[in-house]
Amino acid sequence: MSQPTTTPFTDNEPVIKVRDLRIAFGSKTRSTPTVHGIDFEIHAGECLAIVGESGSGKSVTARTLIGLTGANAVIQAQTLQLRGKDLRRNSDRAWRKVRGADIGYVLQDALVSLDPLRPIGREIADSLRIHTKLSAAARTNTVLGLLEAVGIPEPEQRINQRSGELSGGLRQRALIAAAIALDPALLIADEPTTALDATVQQQILDLLAERKAAGTSLLLISHDLAVVGQLADRIAVMRQGEIVETGPTAQVLGNPQHEYTQRLLRAVPTDKPRGTRLAPARAGISVRQHALIGADRAADATREHAGPVLVAESLRKTYRNPDGSPRVAVHDVSFALNRGQTLGIVGESGSGKSTVARMALGLTAPESGEVKLLGNPWSTLLEKQRRPQRRHITSIYQDPLGSFDPQWDVARILADALPDSRALPAAERRDEVIRLLETVGLDASMESRLPLRLSGGQRQRIAIARALAPGPEVIICDEPVSALDVSIQAQVLDLLDELQSEFKLSYLFISHDLGVVQHISDEIVVMEAGRVVEAGRTAEVFANPAEDYTKKLLSAAPRLYPTPTGGKA
Amino acid sequence: MSLDTDNRTPADSVAAPAIQDNAAKARLKSVLRLTGFRTLGAAGVLWAVATLAFFAMRLVPGDPVDALLGGPGNNATEEVRQQTRELNGLNAPMLVQYGAYLGKLVTGDLGDSYQLREPVAHVLGEQLGNTLVLAVLALATAWVLALGLALWSARGGKAATLVGNLLEVVSAAVPHFWLGSLLILVFSVRLQWLPATSGAPGVEGLILPVLTLAVPLAGFLGQVMRESMLTAMNSPFAISSRARGESEVSLSLRHALRHAALPGIGLSGWAMGSLISGAVVVETVFARPGIGRTLLQSVLVRDVPVVLGVVVLVAAIYILVTLLSDLAERLADPRLRAA
Repeated sequence: MSQPTTTPFTDNEPVIKVRDLRIAFGSKTRSTPTVHGIDFEIHAGECLAIVGESGSGKSVTARTLIGLTGANAVIQAQTLQLRGKDLRRNSDRAWRKVRGADIGYVLQDALVSLDPLRPIGREIADSLRIHTKLSAAARTNTVLGLLEAVGIPEPEQRINQRSGELSGGLRQRALIAAAIALDPALLIADEPTTALDATVQQQILDLLAERKAAGTSLLLISHDLAVVGQLADRIAVMRQGEIVETGPTAQVLGNPQHEYTQRLLRAVPTDKPRGTRLAPARAGISVRQHALIGADRAADATREHAGPVLVAESLRKTYRNPDGSPRVAVHDVSFALNRGQTLGIVGESGSGKSTVARMALGLTAPESGEVKLLGNPWSTLLEKQRRPQRRHITSIYQDPLGSFDPQWDVARILADALPDSRALPAAERRDEVIRLLETVGLDASMESRLPLRLSGGQRQRIAIARALAPGPEVIICDEPVSALDVSIQAQVLDLLDELQSEFKLSYLFISHDLGVVQHISDEIVVMEAGRVVEAGRTAEVFANPAEDYTKKLLSAAPRLYPTPTGGKA
Repeated sequence: MSLDTDNRTPADSVAAPAIQDNAAKARLKSVLRLTGFRTLGAAGVLWAVATLAFFAMRLVPGDPVDALLGGPGNNATEEVRQQTRELNGLNAPMLVQYGAYLGKLVTGDLGDSYQLREPVAHVLGEQLGNTLVLAVLALATAWVLALGLALWSARGGKAATLVGNLLEVVSAAVPHFWLGSLLILVFSVRLQWLPATSGAPGVEGLILPVLTLAVPLAGFLGQVMRESMLTAMNSPFAISSRARGESEVSLSLRHALRHAALPGIGLSGWAMGSLISGAVVVETVFARPGIGRTLLQSVLVRDVPVVLGVVVLVAAIYILVTLLSDLAERLADPRLRAA
């Protein structure tokens, strides 16, 4: 692809050079410093990854490089240079010349970063329209070439489709195509693989690696060390607006110096065997040893049941497509979950794993086949008969916020989930709520908070406390850590582990993240397009995958150590 | 990079148009299904409207015979009145009258006006054009005002947002009769720029009535449009677009404007209905011919066939416009077509 605006870059100066960058938000009188003087530079064909958790200032830093920090941001820097050109005094007009032409930017949230009302071809052609004098026909031709370059099949049809008609992976490819349309010297990718399935994630990383090989400088922003490991040449670890450690990828991942880097590395679940702690135990708050009321009550005859606690036999479910044709979402799925164990169900979006979860919870009736809970009929019962049994099986979801009434405080959310909560005297109910909070490692003072005032990790802990409240035997966990930062994810996974051994809980753990599933599951079921393609002990399946699909999934799982095809370190 | 179109297998090139063809067929099918359902529903609504209006007119005090004999206060003898009732079938039981009315309605016969002695269809045909011109012009003006206000206040920061919001709330709350009188006072009586009545043909006579109808509607549409425009300007796709070097003006015209227009299109069907009911007031205030004024006069003299005719006609227009606005919305928003 030859672009008219590209100038050959020959000298040894870095493409982007940043010295003592400080960013603050707010008015002149009251400003909140967000980034406190960071330095970095990227050379041509090199990839720097800035890794940090939400709120570390990494995305703000990336936005500053294209002058889109926001109207209320105050930016100071000793040096802010793009190919030797000072960016600090750029006017609006000058910034617009840089954006899209010299620096391509791939925003996080691939799913919503394209205008749903415009065909992707128009979106991609925008950079060409703005920065070049190409005719409409020439732009279309270039866009077709770009679509092919980023691996979008059938470009002639896709060019006229809108983002709603494309899968997440294709949307991300289209966004990358728009960002590289003018072959910019620097490509910034902010969490480019978040929200994508593992195999798609791998393809996007490969695509970015191709750009790097072609000489583009890459700035990769991510919260996940495992994702950046295979692409980055150097890693800068950012925390609370400061870069705490920076160095070649192999050095940062293999021999981390800073305590925070070590903590992040420890939090990556992939290849860590069951029971390994991922996060350091927090001082002051720990899981207390005590029995919950619900747990007491559950110690009745049902607890003595010896066989698997949850059994699915040849489940099948068909949905209708919008045009009326049937679509088999789940086809002949069977599994058994044993007491005190975790069964992981892994698959990509659309594999039917969430439908299986709904059937296990008795929310969706299987078309054929049966779910048995504690050896008794479950899916065949009427809802009226099922309701008294519901306390044996509870659930945790990816987005706890959506499952909380925003008007209810934590105490009310938890009290509502207690068995016979209305019959309980108020004082006893409050004790119970506080015990639940302590069980999940939260302070008793949380009880009066509203869900919106909680952090992502705290919300998920409340969701877990709520799932524990009725004293269940089985908890269905549907992508419970997918929306969390790695270190928070580590704490939640540790908590689930502790609770399991303390209360003899059984988890049906559904996730698209192989690393998480590998870490937490005793057995796994691999699903593809509604079918079980492989099942067995986790260690065996991971060591010796029998099916091609499983092998493909496993090779796509993000790992910490650079693969031979990855970084040049 | 070159585009290889030659090395595609024949199967590829055949399959692709087939897929498009199927998609187009499915789209057509869903539009047809929508239209079919709507037609059935429309018939039901028309029947219900005609029935309600028919019985409501019977409940109004007064005798329709007065209308037939030249209005209240006529000097007709009881004998003449009785004869007139007989001639017009007003002595038959109410259900029989209702049946006869429905039967004629189905064949498109709206009956004759009591007062004007000519077919209702003819009376309405003469007046409908005036009202439609007024309503359509008012709708167009409201759109221009609302979009302009939304574009200006969505880009102008906090102060503009506040001013825009205030303007919208105030104009949406203003009643037609008050605004009409105010405009007449200012522009006709004081400034003498424009005529106060619009009976005569010509553009000048239309300006004030159109503004009277358009301003409250513009306030209402503007609020909805500005809201979706702001949402669009702050969404991730707008940031993506800025990151490609798009200017704010271009961003609001190429992206945000369409997002702002969507809810406006959806509301336009409803707006058209409210404009026609607003026309009753505006046509009276400006002494302008149209079905609004005809309706008011006919109610006053109990010219039952004309009142019923107006009610059924307005219901039919409302149904048609709602259907059109739904179709337009689907055309403008590809996401609705998929569903």
